[in-house]
Amino acid sequence: MNKKLLIAALALVAALIAPVYVYPVLLMTILCFAIFASSFNLLLGYAGLLSFGHAMFFGTSAYITGWLLKSSPISLELALLGGMLVSTVMAALVGLLAIRRAGIQFAMITLAFSQFVYFVLLQAHFTGGENGMQGIPRNALFGLIDVKDSFHFYYVVLGVSALALFLFYRIVNSPFGEILRAIKDKEPRVESLGMKPEQFKYLAFILSASLAGLAGALKATVFQFATLTDASWPISGEVILMTLLGGLGTLSGPMFGAAIVVILNDELAGLGEWALIAQGVILLVVIVFFRRGFVGEIAALMAKWKKPAAKSEVQATA
Amino acid sequence: MSEVAAPARAPTAASSADNILVAENISRRFGAFLAVNDVSLAVRRGSIHALIGPNGAGKTTCFNLLTKALPLSSGRISFNGKDISALRSADVARLGLVRSFQISATFPNLTLLENVRVALQATYGKAFHFWRSIAAVKDLNARAGELLDQVGLAGSRDLLASELSYGKKRALEIATTLALEPDLLLLDEPTAGMGHEDIEPITRLIRKVAEGRTVLLVEHNLSVVSTLCDRVTVLQHGQIIADGSYEAVSRDPLVRTAYMGEEDA
Ligand SMILES: Nc1ncnc2c1ncn2[C@@H]1O[C@H](COP(=O)(O)OP(=O)(O)O)[C@@H](O)[C@H]1O
Ligand SMILES: [Mg+2]
Repeated sequence: MNKKLLIAALALVAALIAPVYVYPVLLMTILCFAIFASSFNLLLGYAGLLSFGHAMFFGTSAYITGWLLKSSPISLELALLGGMLVSTVMAALVGLLAIRRAGIQFAMITLAFSQFVYFVLLQAHFTGGENGMQGIPRNALFGLIDVKDSFHFYYVVLGVSALALFLFYRIVNSPFGEILRAIKDKEPRVESLGMKPEQFKYLAFILSASLAGLAGALKATVFQFATLTDASWPISGEVILMTLLGGLGTLSGPMFGAAIVVILNDELAGLGEWALIAQGVILLVVIVFFRRGFVGEIAALMAKWKKPAAKSEVQATA
Repeated sequence: MSEVAAPARAPTAASSADNILVAENISRRFGAFLAVNDVSLAVRRGSIHALIGPNGAGKTTCFNLLTKALPLSSGRISFNGKDISALRSADVARLGLVRSFQISATFPNLTLLENVRVALQATYGKAFHFWRSIAAVKDLNARAGELLDQVGLAGSRDLLASELSYGKKRALEIATTLALEPDLLLLDEPTAGMGHEDIEPITRLIRKVAEGRTVLLVEHNLSVVSTLCDRVTVLQHGQIIADGSYEAVSRDPLVRTAYMGEEDA
């Protein structure tokens, strides 16, 4: 327990001093994608649902938040909530049709919806079509606190991310989270015990989309633009990569996965198309050799070391 | 052993008062194949009733129909006098008709305590509380502990279910099923694949949990059937070929050729 507190304290200090040493926008990008990957992890790692279209929530929310900020003097936090709300409602509708399908069918339906959303965003006027939405202002937080400077804004994003990640942690460790894990293990048994699995999966889908929406909304305020890329298939694919790379179903794995992919993308940006190929190769290596992902493998190694004590903690604490 | 020997094949509505479960002419097709063919079955309240028959006879499919895990192709089922033909499995379970599975159905990545707590959560009203810490359901831990104790697993509540031996998994499954306080318990081959050392305790456990409730079980081990069961229904090729006390059924020539002969080997 104390060890965990120590690690948390060190992480906090590192997060607080990081923008002095690292470009704040890069750090904020990592945070946005850490939230996004966690939202995906909630769905696949804890509810066993594979979405091929998670970018629809990320991208739509980015546009809605951007549009709110551009077209009104709305305060920053309300614009973020607005984006989140729209992706939540969207998930409630998509989920209605998708949630009874299992496995690859579910994945294909989410993919189809995300293609449809992409098309709508491409055609809609408010999005700026192929040009994207530029010049999104960072309105004052609570109408009071100026966050135009990225160094200052970093701390806002850090706070929001901490909140979001706490929410994620709370969900997977809640009474609801326990049922989700049971459903992922053996869905027919949950039904035979008097619960309707699709209702739990539906709620998980909506919660996951809210978090994905928050990630997209934050991203729009960090970069101050939203583009079709945010709602596109490569983003849906990238979040899968981040989650698997870091460790599916581990608490922190996908966050590390997000950091690794964001930093790699940054480093490899000069390589153009080759960056994609590098991504593919990395994913292949992870899938073949490190099935549990970065954090999953480390947790398994540690569990092997101090065998009897840690066994049941691998999933809970990683 | 038992004086119950009413040989009535097709139960009538009049007899449903002391029958907890009544299936009337239920059938199930898989494509052109009739896995369960016009089966009528009445389970008396408070009895231990066995459903036996050779492999592939349709016993598990019957269980799936009775618990509504599979939709009926035709027929009607009532439980406690209520027509459940159109309900789904989760609703049937809430009415008090709960099953175990032939292939062990524990949650392998959950601890024993969590396995049982999941079942207790079904009626606790906080299963959708995603914003609360798991401590919100800690009141269930005591009851979960009692249930584990009842099946002799109290000492291993923090183990993962996947770490249990086969026999203990079956016991855990029974504890989980009991968490719903079912009126009628359906057990699909509770002793299948068990060594001798596990069969005796599981038989005792079934007798214990049958106190105050009704049990319908599929069972291959005939000595278990003869010691436990008040009544036996024999299924072959999806149809009932005999129904009555163990003694009566085991004398039945149809049964001897269809089933016992094969089992004697
Ligand atoms: N979902 C299914 N689809 C097609 N055939 C099935 C299905 N379930 C069972 N069957 C068939 O129905 C018959 C009865 O199976 P089952 O009820 O499992 O028998 P038992 O439990 O008596 O051994 C078998 O021939 C089996 O192959
Ligand atoms: Mg069977």
